[in-house]
Amino acid sequence: MADLSPQLLALQLVTGLSLGAVYALLAIGLSLIFGMMGVVNFAHGAFFMVGAFLGVYFLGMTGSFWLGLVIVPLVTGLLGMVTERLFVRPLYGRGVDYPLLLTFGLSYVLIEGIRMLFGIEGLPTATPVQLRGAVNIGIGLFPLYRLFLIGAAATVIFGLWLFVEKTRYGLIIRAGSRTPDMVRVLGVNMSRIWLIVFGLGTAIAGLSGALAAPIRGVNPEMGIPVLAESFVVTVVGGLGSLLGAVTAGLLVGVVYSMTSLFAPDFADLSVFVLMAVVLLIKPQGLFGKSGYMG
Amino acid sequence: MNRQFHRLRVPAVLAFLTLFPLVMPYQALAVNILIFGLYAVGFNLLFGYTGMLSFGHAAFFGIGGYLTGIAMLDFAVPWPLAILAGVLCAMLGGGVIGFLAIRTRGIYFSMVTLALGQIVYYGFYKAEGWTGGENGLRGITVAPLHLLGIPIDFLNPLTKYYVILIFVGIALWFVSRVLNSPFGAVMEAIRENEKRAAACGYDVVRTKLLVFVLSAGLCGLAGALRALHLSIVPIDSLHYLQSGQAVMMCLLGGMGTFFGPFVGAAVYLLLEDTLTNLTSHWMGAVGIIFMLCVIFFPKGIWGSVLDWIEGWVVRSPWHPR
Repeated sequence: MADLSPQLLALQLVTGLSLGAVYALLAIGLSLIFGMMGVVNFAHGAFFMVGAFLGVYFLGMTGSFWLGLVIVPLVTGLLGMVTERLFVRPLYGRGVDYPLLLTFGLSYVLIEGIRMLFGIEGLPTATPVQLRGAVNIGIGLFPLYRLFLIGAAATVIFGLWLFVEKTRYGLIIRAGSRTPDMVRVLGVNMSRIWLIVFGLGTAIAGLSGALAAPIRGVNPEMGIPVLAESFVVTVVGGLGSLLGAVTAGLLVGVVYSMTSLFAPDFADLSVFVLMAVVLLIKPQGLFGKSGYMG
Repeated sequence: MNRQFHRLRVPAVLAFLTLFPLVMPYQALAVNILIFGLYAVGFNLLFGYTGMLSFGHAAFFGIGGYLTGIAMLDFAVPWPLAILAGVLCAMLGGGVIGFLAIRTRGIYFSMVTLALGQIVYYGFYKAEGWTGGENGLRGITVAPLHLLGIPIDFLNPLTKYYVILIFVGIALWFVSRVLNSPFGAVMEAIRENEKRAAACGYDVVRTKLLVFVLSAGLCGLAGALRALHLSIVPIDSLHYLQSGQAVMMCLLGGMGTFFGPFVGAAVYLLLEDTLTNLTSHWMGAVGIIFMLCVIFFPKGIWGSVLDWIEGWVVRSPWHPR
């Protein structure tokens, strides 16, 4: 094993934070939809995968990474809204398992759709030109792209926080997640709010896919481990809590990167072990309300 | 009437399954339907009858298969005992995963079982020395066995089918027995209303854990039989999509019905068999069919058939009013 200088550890910690930034985004997308509608989107990983493919595709077509970051969430968001309107909406009031099963079926369709459009091999990815190289962050050289990931995720999360906490729409969303019937009585079209929130959740999933593509690679099955990992993050953080999603996302990222430094063989396992430990100690998650899980 | 019907269900299903390979295009498919039917039956015990939607049952299917194979390859255990080892290990795995997972409920239960199933996948993937890693466990051969003077040759697909059917028959009898017992009634009470079942004084946690372990054992048996059938255990048998397959088969056939899982397995595998000839993107078609089923036929094929029969009986002039 390489000698463990504090510098190396610090660098690995930042690497973990950049991984965790993507996890946090994913978990927020899931949490948003769940908190509002009580629906767990099992196609979340598939939307992530679609976002990654579209990001690479738009980069190749337009040559602009930034344009892709704008278009991708719009497309996956739209896709999510269509999903909600056509497939999820008929299932409201039928029990929590049905939307879950439906989105599970949808993930198959999305994976095959992408395979039809882009082939089964996946696409080659490259870090966008403007974000190549490394910068000195005081403790050593760090890849610029990973630094950018942290910044981008922080921006999106902050924007979302502002939207939910400080705008009129956010107020409706917060009220609607508690007592939808009351909000409806006050004259708000809840169906439209659900449509928007579902779209917002899938837009964030797509955006995280586009952001993660240069470091994770792109193939049609990439969404499957991502789904499992984002479930780990939500279980650790507690579903329905923004703060929980961010903290748990970063924690999971750091645990992963630290294990891959000390025991690379166990890196994939470590985050699941973390989840098992949290379940034993605090089944409702670190920031979860105890009511959610019973 | 209902009770008599229940008593007849195991012989009825077995009679059907005995004749089944004679109408199938080829026997290997019939063997697959038998094995995956059992896998879906095990899953159905948890999902259909107790209302717990697990997305990690591939773990038990895989453990059953791998441990049967490992017992035969590394410890030269005769195959009937190896199956037992596979089933017991699957139940042990079910005990550990179940203990953690039943601390949560509803949607969380699905998420947690999915994640814990991934642990098993990664664990077996990494333990290359035992499991063959990415290539799967290979070279499981079933030695010819003489049972009461009758030679049992596993290379003959029809013989293989009927040997496997014996195990499936025992499992089905066991499941039917469980469902008819007071314990089975508690399971359904938990599915209908967990709090009320607890208020009635039933130990909900213990019941859930026990059902989880039984369900894991049945899925492990299916995995063990598949290891003998294929003579390899592919790493995919632990994959998330394998867990999803149980969910799909169970829902397509009819959750919470006795025969539904077999119908679901048959429809799924026949669909796969037909569609792979037409397109390499058959999974997409299966996904669409599944989505339509969730929206329009949540009771599944067999569940809907049972509904029609019941409606017909109620409306018939012979039904006492």
